[in-house]
Amino acid sequence: MTETFYDVLRRQGISRRSFLKFCSLTATSLGLGSAYAPKIAHAMETKPRTPVIWLEGLECTCCSESFIRSAHPLTKDVILSMLSLDYHVTLMAAAGHQAEKQLEEIKKKYKGNYILAVEGNPPLNEDGMFCIEGGRPFVEILKETAADAKAVIAWGACASYGCVQAAKPNPTRATPIDKVISGKPIVKVPGCPPIAEVMTGVVTYMLTFDRIPELDRQGRPKMFYGQRIHDKCYRRPHFDAGQFVEQWDDDNARKGYCLYKMGCKGPTTYNACSTVRWNDGVSFPIQSGHGCIGCSEEGFWDKGSFYDRVTDIKQFGIEANADKVGGTAAAAAGAAVAVHAAASALKKAKKSETVTGEN
Amino acid sequence: MNLNAAAASLENDPETAAGKTVYVYEGPVRLWHWINALCILVLAVSGYLIGSPLPSVSGEASANFLMGYIRFAHFAAAYVFAVGFLVRIYWAVAGNHHARQLFMLPVTDMKWWAGLIRELRWYLFLEKQPYKYVGHNPLGHLFMFLFVTVAAILMICTGFALYGEGMGLGSWQDRLFGWVIPLLGGSQATHSWHHLGMWGIVTFVILHVYAAVREDIMSRQTMISTMISGQRTFRE
Repeated sequence: MTETFYDVLRRQGISRRSFLKFCSLTATSLGLGSAYAPKIAHAMETKPRTPVIWLEGLECTCCSESFIRSAHPLTKDVILSMLSLDYHVTLMAAAGHQAEKQLEEIKKKYKGNYILAVEGNPPLNEDGMFCIEGGRPFVEILKETAADAKAVIAWGACASYGCVQAAKPNPTRATPIDKVISGKPIVKVPGCPPIAEVMTGVVTYMLTFDRIPELDRQGRPKMFYGQRIHDKCYRRPHFDAGQFVEQWDDDNARKGYCLYKMGCKGPTTYNACSTVRWNDGVSFPIQSGHGCIGCSEEGFWDKGSFYDRVTDIKQFGIEANADKVGGTAAAAAGAAVAVHAAASALKKAKKSETVTGEN
Repeated sequence: MNLNAAAASLENDPETAAGKTVYVYEGPVRLWHWINALCILVLAVSGYLIGSPLPSVSGEASANFLMGYIRFAHFAAAYVFAVGFLVRIYWAVAGNHHARQLFMLPVTDMKWWAGLIRELRWYLFLEKQPYKYVGHNPLGHLFMFLFVTVAAILMICTGFALYGEGMGLGSWQDRLFGWVIPLLGGSQATHSWHHLGMWGIVTFVILHVYAAVREDIMSRQTMISTMISGQRTFRE
């Protein structure tokens, strides 16, 4: 008989009670309501376990670090039981040839039936030699593994958008995985790193419902990336009131006013930080007094300063933003108008002089 | 038709003979012009203040709604601007042929190019007098097309895309205009483009007002009163 998730969990020593608690928690975190808890339980008890292969390319492992710190210890245990059995470079017990053999075996045994989770991205310059794993360019391993996967998860800003290694001038040509993999459904879970509960939520959804969550235009799960940080920020009332931190050490900062003027990217960033928060729901950047830097947005390293609201536009030179460019254009137009008006007045005066002279 | 022949036909148009008066801008066009002017004023000021807010207010958050009112003014004026633009498009179809001028550039017409060059030379003080036009002169026409028609479309698309972010996924604003945001490289970049668009329109307004006043005095036709009464009178 094929092993189910539930079988695996029981073998890992997780009690029936803990299992059901996990199911309710997952249903809630996915925004599905309590009625879905039994459905999740049923799916996990009956469906054969879907293995997850976790590859790491050009990255910093912050996604894995975030993932294993999932708020609820239970969630972490459950998800890790699902994952660690298969392939995860950082977490698995096997190493070297043994590990690579295991990867081959999973790919063969579960062909077309495993989920590929990718942390980091492949650099394409110099035939991919900037990231070598097991003696081969990562891009080759990625393409091969993706070819037989059921679906692909792009963890973090690296896999989704390229992140810091793809920031200008991108010397290694680090490339988001959706530009390399074709013909497979890809779920982007951006963030640097993504929130742990968001990561476990996405994995659980895909494992239990056997389909990818509903995605937005940019391929992100709507349930976690449907709203901006700003839309659910607890400092939003100060924004609407017009109460802002003007300087880092001013009284308004101590009062916890809105960080909009300090360049907070909450209004332009889609993520769940202001609802799910971090570290067991303890806090998130804005709550600890610093603006959002927009780490889950595409190309956030190249979008100007983290501390400006009207950010610089690099095409117009160093330190020029829309106000400087536009203001200069408007001032130039105003000056040109003044000069032109003076010249026109002179011409008009001259003309009437001539006319009077003729009379 | 070569440039010289085009110039000759422009100069000898009986419709623009001295002393003649022509009804150019119909009521809806004039009304739209002034509503639009007011909208642009409100939109530019409130938009600038959204990007660079006023100094913080004191007191309880619940007792203030300054940013909320500024944003409300922006959104309300934006709706009026957008609806006005749609009505104006309708009037381009329903109204007289001058109402259509704003929406198309006659780039294949030699006469138009001859007029454009003449108008540029007129502004460089190289011509004694400009040609007369019942509608827009070619230089004005070009600017109107770029900074009224094209700019309005760009501002409406980026503006409603940004507004859709607040209204949420699945709102009609998001469904109609949401595609703009990934196209421009994200929300922050869309904000920057929207902001630059504002400065483009402000620059246009400066030139537009100056040109209208100057031509009213210096050219051979009325300008400002034409946008009030709709009538254009020609001089020698």
